[in-house]
Amino acid sequence: MPKVDSDIKTACYHCGLDCPADAPVLEEKRFCCTGCKAVYQLLHENNLTTYYKSDSAPGIRPQTDTHTNRFAYLDDAAIQRKLLEFSDNNIGRITLQIPQIHCASCIWLLENLFRLHSGVIHSEVNFLRKELSVVFNQENLTLRQLVELLASLGYEPTIHLESLEKKTVDETSRRLYLQIAVAGFAFANIMLFSFPEYFALESLIGSDFARFFGYFNLLLAIPVLLYSSRDYFSSAITGLRHGMVNIDVPIALGMIVLFSRSVYEILSGIGMGYMDSFSGLVFFLLLGKLFQKKTYSSLSFDRNYKSYFPISVIRRQNDTEEPIPITNLQVGDHIVIRNRELVPADAVIKNGTGFIDYSFVTGESTPQQKEAGDLVYAGGRQVGAAVEMEVVKEVSQSYLTRLWNQHVFTTDKQPRITNLANTVSKYFTAAVLTIAFAAAVYWLPKSTATAVNAITAVLIIACPCALALSSPFTLGTAQRLLGKYRFFLKNSPTVEQLAGIDTIVFDKTGTLTRPDVTTVYYEGTPLTDYEKQLVISLVSQSVHPLSRIIEKEYGNQSDKKLPVSSFQEKIGQGISGIIDNHHVRIGQADWVGLSEKTKEENATSTASVVYVAIDTNVRGYYHIDNSYRPDLEIVLQQLAKHHKLVLLSGDNDNSRAFFTKLFGPKAELHFEQSPFDKLSYVKDLQSKGHRVMMIGDGLNDAGALKQADVGVSIAEDTGAFSPACDGILDAKSFTFLPRFMRLAKLSVAVIIVSFGISFLYNIVGISFAVSGNLSPVISAILMPLSSISVVLFATLATTVSARNAGLP
Amino acid sequence: MYAMFILVGASLLVAIGFLVAFFWAVRSGQFEDTYTPSVRVLFEDTIDDKHENSEKEIDIMEK
Repeated sequence: MPKVDSDIKTACYHCGLDCPADAPVLEEKRFCCTGCKAVYQLLHENNLTTYYKSDSAPGIRPQTDTHTNRFAYLDDAAIQRKLLEFSDNNIGRITLQIPQIHCASCIWLLENLFRLHSGVIHSEVNFLRKELSVVFNQENLTLRQLVELLASLGYEPTIHLESLEKKTVDETSRRLYLQIAVAGFAFANIMLFSFPEYFALESLIGSDFARFFGYFNLLLAIPVLLYSSRDYFSSAITGLRHGMVNIDVPIALGMIVLFSRSVYEILSGIGMGYMDSFSGLVFFLLLGKLFQKKTYSSLSFDRNYKSYFPISVIRRQNDTEEPIPITNLQVGDHIVIRNRELVPADAVIKNGTGFIDYSFVTGESTPQQKEAGDLVYAGGRQVGAAVEMEVVKEVSQSYLTRLWNQHVFTTDKQPRITNLANTVSKYFTAAVLTIAFAAAVYWLPKSTATAVNAITAVLIIACPCALALSSPFTLGTAQRLLGKYRFFLKNSPTVEQLAGIDTIVFDKTGTLTRPDVTTVYYEGTPLTDYEKQLVISLVSQSVHPLSRIIEKEYGNQSDKKLPVSSFQEKIGQGISGIIDNHHVRIGQADWVGLSEKTKEENATSTASVVYVAIDTNVRGYYHIDNSYRPDLEIVLQQLAKHHKLVLLSGDNDNSRAFFTKLFGPKAELHFEQSPFDKLSYVKDLQSKGHRVMMIGDGLNDAGALKQADVGVSIAEDTGAFSPACDGILDAKSFTFLPRFMRLAKLSVAVIIVSFGISFLYNIVGISFAVSGNLSPVISAILMPLSSISVVLFATLATTVSARNAGLP
Repeated sequence: MYAMFILVGASLLVAIGFLVAFFWAVRSGQFEDTYTPSVRVLFEDTIDDKHENSEKEIDIMEK
């Protein structure tokens, strides 16, 4: 075998990966593989080399170990009907998820698809969502050909079971923009028309003008009432129907009174009314709503198994293979699962050896070996040669997917930690009504007009605009700050939920351990280079995951393999063989001839132990362990100060001692927990009055994540995999977790202080109001002043709190 | 002074014009993707008959 000179490394012209020495070369450009070269050739022939201009090596290495007919299911008319957004006889439109989109060149190439194939009429990229929408002529380009074209370029779209469900366009965010536009438009114009009033210019321009402007103001305010402020009224009514006085009740009350009194004043010619205050109030409130509505368009917080399961699977029937939609899969069907494909339903292996990677499900990425007759659960991914299986459960009734039939997934989550603004507004509304009533009682004997004035003025000035703004701005700022540290929350009220948490439940594999990193160390009599060579030669014969790990550990010496004779592999035991006249055995303790007892020294860890014996001599063992997240111990210690900690692991309890030390004596540790156990454990904690945060990563945590007050999914790559949750935490930010919790608590303190400030404004305002002389000018000054100062305070104080919490 | 009625009316009309323009912009989805157009605008234009055709076809389709 020619020795690879590792010193000369060139980056592939297409994808930027390192090129091997025998790399394909074309026009003095080097490529890492023939796949990349083929893409370059295709682009070159079509004059699309601009692709390489804006970014160097922008390409994605196309997958080559795939099958020619893996998109055959796209020829199915029923599947096409569901995937296409629009279709008539020859024109079709589809939006495809393409996670590989990463740079300007990608956008350029994908939007120039029409130059590669005449069937593409138009294509457009949404970069943030990583979506491509294509309009194409179905007569000369089928959906399958389109997807195959994309795949051949390295931009293989992800088409999952979920893609079959029709997406609903988010109309609410569009409406919010429009509502703000209307309110802002009315606010600015009414202020303009109110200038004569503000500066008492009436005498100058005459009362005709005042009346004229008054009617104009009324006209402008009507759309604000009917369109912009609609959501506050509907929310207040829903609240009252449920017997709840939420923050929108006093707001709606204030708005109604403000509007009606203004209408009365304008029509009866008494004055100009308070339409400027009214539309300004609505405008500011809506701005708060917009600020609170921070969303991360590239992240998805409500995925279920359907986002990961394929649309179709290959069914084998009487020696013919055909792709069928997995929704049509029935018990007893024989299916063929090939390399990198997902097992869609619980099945028993009939033919071949399965190496099932359950990293989607449990977070454990070391594949498990399964032989014919073994049961494989849905959600596992086959790594290696194709296997044939017989389906034993339908897709929706499989062990894992059954989780989604649970009650918690069929109902909307109701926040258990009541939000502060709503709690306060209950007392606030009561107090305001009392004051208004008292003022009325005081004035009524003296003058009915003043009494009505006083009541309306109290209700107007007490409208909790500043109160309503402090929550959105504080929580919105906190959410943005957390996002900066790669802790992405679904919405800003989650910050408040986070502050109320008293119990944190952790999953183990993939959450506390790092899924892709294993640490290997050797203990015993040191091996000589020759002996290492023997070990490498033997493990290279085996496809067992542990063998693979050991071989990888000696990666740089792997080209010095010796021939192995009488190789033997016993499942669950180990491997042996004769190499260069030495009998080498690698595996369990009893496989190499040790009694079980010597293993006990390792019982406290989660590690796998692999013994090595050369001839009759046991030389030592490899200790293969998951790597724990850095700073795990410190993070847990800090969290334990203010929270009860719980560990729920799906694995066996041979790491109990290790975790007891890590979690401290008060923590609860539970092992061998099924996805259902996890869910009911969280539910149980909640029924005992605990407010629970669940931190997990795999689909087996999905139930617990959904049930918990705050479900946080931890992800190595935030763009990739995460089950439904309230927040996605980038694994690299795991160390910041205690600081995040602290920021959430500080944010709630900021809200309380800003409530205090807005109360102060209310007291000043009400003292004017009860005396019965609230002039529009005072109202017009006080309202924006209080709002803006509260907004400024909330934003600044939260930023300062973040600095205090250690998140500068 | 009565010219003011006309001026006020005119100013309001202009403002309403902008409001309508904003409505149209939101409705036509211009705020859906606030990033990609900033990249797209930097691409060199290539004159291509096929592309012009395609734009026409889209117009037909949208109708």
